[in-house]
Amino acid sequence: MEQYEKIYLYKRIVRAKLFIDDHYSDNIDLDNISDQAHFSKFHFIRLFKSIYGSTPNNYLIKVRMDKAKILLAKGHSVLETSNMVGFDSPTSFTGMFKKISGQTPSTFQREQDFKRNAMQSNPLLFVPNCFAETHGWTK
Amino acid sequence: MITKITHTCIYVLNQDSAYDFYVNKLGFKVHTDAPMGEGARWLTVTPPQQPELEITLFLVAEGGMFDKETVQTMTTLIKKGTFGAAVFTCKDLLATYEELKSKEVVFKKLPTKEFYGFEALFIDDSGNWFSLAQTNP
Repeated sequence: MEQYEKIYLYKRIVRAKLFIDDHYSDNIDLDNISDQAHFSKFHFIRLFKSIYGSTPNNYLIKVRMDKAKILLAKGHSVLETSNMVGFDSPTSFTGMFKKISGQTPSTFQREQDFKRNAMQSNPLLFVPNCFAETHGWTK
Repeated sequence: MITKITHTCIYVLNQDSAYDFYVNKLGFKVHTDAPMGEGARWLTVTPPQQPELEITLFLVAEGGMFDKETVQTMTTLIKKGTFGAAVFTCKDLLATYEELKSKEVVFKKLPTKEFYGFEALFIDDSGNWFSLAQTNP
């Protein structure tokens, strides 16, 4: 019986985590997330942290920053990206991005543009030579 | 003295499908996705918390080191589940299992208590199998 309760508990926390993964661009807060898992806020934060190693709120920030990096690398503007990952203003987005990544979204995007262009123009820069040779890519 | 692994290789049967599996289901990050001409593609991903280890999703296709017979043999063996490609670890196996199961990842062994912690086995979209472990602290 205890095992079933544990699995049921896990399913609810996992569901909440997946809710964050799917709704990071919405205006969600902790109440939305704990409601989703049918927990009190305190109990929910404690369980979530024990499983994922960070609070739901910090996890939401991490998901938003990871998604922002993908969007910026694809060429979306800072304003677009900010909106697409659930921030109210590009200023607060830029501040959070810099705090987490140590660089501004614009700087990150410039670096990614450079990398993408290099991948297109000289892909062998990114492939260890042993793999390139066995594929015949160096000829 | 050898210090680290920087690149390792998993043979896959379709790189688009492998991209979806490793990135969208397992949550790995794309490190390099470079066109190599004539439909070839250099695709590497990294585990979420190990950005320095590039896993090459290496397409089994004719050309370079693979002739037609080798491709057929490799394809058969991969589909058959011959190759165990890696051991992944996670902080909480039961939660990771529940999440991957909800994303339709196929498990060959349910989470089981072992002397070192817990272990489950799953397969990727090609047929390579992996251990997913949570070790005792």
